[in-house]
Parts: sequence; C-alpha cells; structure tokens
Amino acid sequence: MAFVAPQVLGVIVLGVIPFIFVVWYSFNEWRPLTGQMEFIGLDNYSRLAADPTFSASIVASLLFSAGVLILNLVIAISLAVLLNRRLKGITAFRTIFFSPVVVSVVAWSVTWGFLLAPDGGLNGALELLGIDGPNWLADPSTALISLVVVQVFKGVGMNMVLFLAALQSVPEEIREAAQLDGASPWRSFWSITVPMIAPTILLTGILTTIGSLEVFAPVQLLTGGGPGNTTNVLPFFLYRTAFISQQFGYASAIGVVLFAIILALTMLQWSTRRKWVHDEV
Amino acid sequence: MRSDAASAARKRSRVTTVTLYVLLVAVSFPFLYPTLWMFFSSFKPANEIFLQPPTLLPREWTLDGFVQVFTAQPFLQQYGNSMYIAVIVTVSSILLSAMAGYAFARIRFPLRNSAFVLMLAAMMVPVEVTIIPIFTAVNAMGLNDTHWPLIILPIFGPTSVVSVFIFRQHFLSFPRDYEEAARLDGVSRAGVFFRIALPLATPAIAAVGIMAFLRSFNMYFEALIFLRTPEKFTLGLAITRYQDFYGEQMWNTQLGAASLTVIPILVVFLIAQKQFVQGLAQTGLKG
Repeated sequence: MAFVAPQVLGVIVLGVIPFIFVVWYSFNEWRPLTGQMEFIGLDNYSRLAADPTFSASIVASLLFSAGVLILNLVIAISLAVLLNRRLKGITAFRTIFFSPVVVSVVAWSVTWGFLLAPDGGLNGALELLGIDGPNWLADPSTALISLVVVQVFKGVGMNMVLFLAALQSVPEEIREAAQLDGASPWRSFWSITVPMIAPTILLTGILTTIGSLEVFAPVQLLTGGGPGNTTNVLPFFLYRTAFISQQFGYASAIGVVLFAIILALTMLQWSTRRKWVHDEV
Repeated sequence: MRSDAASAARKRSRVTTVTLYVLLVAVSFPFLYPTLWMFFSSFKPANEIFLQPPTLLPREWTLDGFVQVFTAQPFLQQYGNSMYIAVIVTVSSILLSAMAGYAFARIRFPLRNSAFVLMLAAMMVPVEVTIIPIFTAVNAMGLNDTHWPLIILPIFGPTSVVSVFIFRQHFLSFPRDYEEAARLDGVSRAGVFFRIALPLATPAIAAVGIMAFLRSFNMYFEALIFLRTPEKFTLGLAITRYQDFYGEQMWNTQLGAASLTVIPILVVFLIAQKQFVQGLAQTGLKG
C-alpha cells in the first residue's frame, strides 16, 4: 500500500478531485474578479451551444486531431518500416527523425513561426521555384494545416521509436516465408506486419489523439487561435475564457466538453479493437 | 545463367539501396532543417534573419544575439530554474512511479484493480481540463508565482501515469526468483525493491527519466498560468519574452535562447539513448 499511495493519492488529488470541481463550477456563473459564484444549472451549456466561437472551436479541435492522428500514424509507421533495415548509417537517420522530440515545444514553435512567416524560409524557398507562397499562419485555408504539420513533425519521432520496437519483435522468419511464397511487399505489409503491430497502432493512436486534443503552445505562439477562430482549439478557447476574460464557470463548461470529447474518442478507438487487434493488449 | 541472375539481383538490390538513401535524405529535411536553421540563425545579425532569398548559414557571424540572451533577461537564473525543477521532477518521478509500478506488478493489496482502473482513467484528464480548480487551489495556498505547481503537477498529476505503466510492464517481465530468494533470506519488501528490483530496472529508469525530463522541460501551459516574475520564469516562458523597448520581438535573441535550451535535453538523451529505446520497447506498446 505504501508503495502506491503517493502516486494514487496524487492522481486523486490532482486529477479526480479537480475534475469533480470543474463539473461543479460548470453549473455556476463565476467571475473571480467579483468573487461571486452563483448556481445557474445548465445555463453555461446552453450558452455554449449558442456560441459561434464554441462551434468553430470544436471544428478546429476535431479537424486538428484528425489531421494529426492520420499524418502522425502514417508517417511514423512508414518511417519505422523504412528504418527497420540493416543499412549503413541507419542509426543516424533514426536520430534525425527523433531529434524534434528533444527540442522543446516552445523552441520548435518559435522556429516554425519564422519558417512559415510571409517573408520566411518556406516562402523564400517557394519563390526560388517561382511560386508565390501564402501567408501560412494568417490565411484561413492554410493556418490549421500548418499547425498540424508543426505538431506532427515535432512528435512523430516518439511514435516511430515505438513502432520500430514493435517491428523488431516481428519474427524475421514469418516475413521471409511470405516472401518465398511470392507475397508482394505491399501484401506482406498488410497481411503480416500490420496485424502484428496492431496493439501498438491502437495504443499510439489513442495517446496521439489525447495529445492532439490537448494542444496549446503551438496555437498560442503561432496563430493565437486565428484567423477567424479557424485554429481556436478547445484548450486555447478555454485558456482565453478563463484567464483573459475571467469567466471561470463558462470556461469550466468548455473543460467538461473537452473531457467528454476525449472520453468519446478514446472509447470509440478502444471499441474497435476486437475487429483488428487479435493480441491481448 | 546463374551468375547473370545473381548479378542482376545484386544490381537490383544496389538500386533499391540507393533509392532508399535518396528517400531517407529527402524525408530528413523537415525534421532536421528547422533545428539547424534555429541554431545557425542565432549567429546572424537580427536584420539578416528575414533576408531573401533565405540562407541557412549566416553571411556575417555574430554573437550579439547570445549576448542579448543574457542581458535582456535574467536568463542564467531562468535556466537554473528549469534545470533544478527538471532534476527534482525526474528523480522523484523515477522513484515514485517505480514504487507504484512495482506494487501494481508484484504486490497484492486491497483495491488494487480499482486503483489501476482509476490510474487508466486519469490519463484522459489533461491539465487543461482541470486547470481552473488547480489554479484556485494554488492561489488559496499562496503558491501562485512559485515553482511548486511546476514541480508537483508533473510528478503526481495524471501525466505521470504513463511512467507507472512503463515500470509495471518492466516488473511484470522481471524474473521472480531473485526476489523470492531474497525474501527467504529475510529481506523486507522494501529491501527487495530498493536493493534488487530497482537497480536492475535500468531500461525502464532511462525511459521514464527521459520522458519526465522532457515533460518538465516542455512545460509551458502551467508556467504561463502560474508564473509572473521574470526571475521565476522557466525556459519555455523566457524564450517568448525577448522584446525590445518598443515591444518588437528580438528575433536572433529568441532563436539563440531557444538553441541554448536544447543542450541539456540532448545531453540527457545521448547518455540514456540506448536504454531509452529498450525501455520503451517493454512498455507493452510492443506488438
């Protein structure tokens, strides 16, 4: 008991109890500047339902997560397959793909801010090709996808390492046998590799989804939620509502919705496991 | 005939190898370029950063940016803040999550399964969701603008659960014989853990250590909420606050400060790299 007590108590005190408070706050009108807290039932939620910023925020969060999840898993698995060979210098490439994980999220965001600026590195490179690049972070059609790219390159190295570890536990003989039977690389990838790393795909999928729904620093540092709320993801909307506009009750309702979305998406992914994950996770 | 076929196969494999290298180098670009650009640009004079066409290497090398890193803000102190917080977080995370992971893997205790499910569920509650009650509690305890929340949250908060799992998974696959022999010799539970199980858990220690260090060094949201005074800032916050008297960003200074923050994580990572991958491979995320 003494062994688990600190960590379990920590999770209760810093996770469960604050969560109960958030739910309670969300039923209240509470502006800390006036210090008044008043029970208003579901009013915060009906206010949210009618708030166009909130619907934009949900769209931004879901699009961002979908983009990050798909790009991240596709790139992580492709890189892991590519790197899972005996080639000279392969360790150097692994290190390169992992390196953004080591750069702090603020340093990474600040740097991409320069690269994506209207007169920044990316547009400079495009100009050499005769292309007039957009203002990536200020154009409603490119801002969100730019953030997705920044987030994916930052974190994909971690998932790549996990997939590499999974691939290395796939016995070589199975793949060789398939090759001798005349299976194309594409076929053996789908019929052998994917099923064998399915538990890793499921777990990294869930963790990447949760992580992408929590995104904050790149949004605050690169777009500030703009242009026109297209990148105003839920955590940033919550931050602004709570700490800039000082509406704690209303912001708590946003927090509850954010949690509900995380819960729903996690359950959704978890419930698919019987169909394609044969191993016990 | 045979040797023809063999040489054709060899030729084909050489073509594949070359294609692979070309592909790898091409894909490396977006991963490596931003960091290299950040590093080299911090040696450029401020007005050279937006020069067109863009260049990677400075035309004129200067240390002006780095000088300003230290003069425009108490950067050394901020660096020290981040370092000492990260060290406390890393050491405590290793110790506490190893104990919890060991207990979940090895010790039967009442409510073990409920406690485990609770930990799993907690992973779905990001700090953004619970920040308002945490903020009010921190305020009520008079700990606003101190480092306490930045130390306590990563060690005990829901994000620490992943570390517990890594250790649990490690200890599940750890042979029982050593421990049983020691128990028969009359060594206590705690003795077995500290003298036998923990010292042999190097890969898990490396994985959890690196992740805890990264988590602490990356902490931005919490720093933004809780810290007010520049002397108390941690690095993430400090980087974003390089502005001149007119409120204009000091570009090369920002990039210089950002470059300097990469060093400690790089050192920690290089020391523990091999063990780190091995440790992650045991997380149960393995196929």
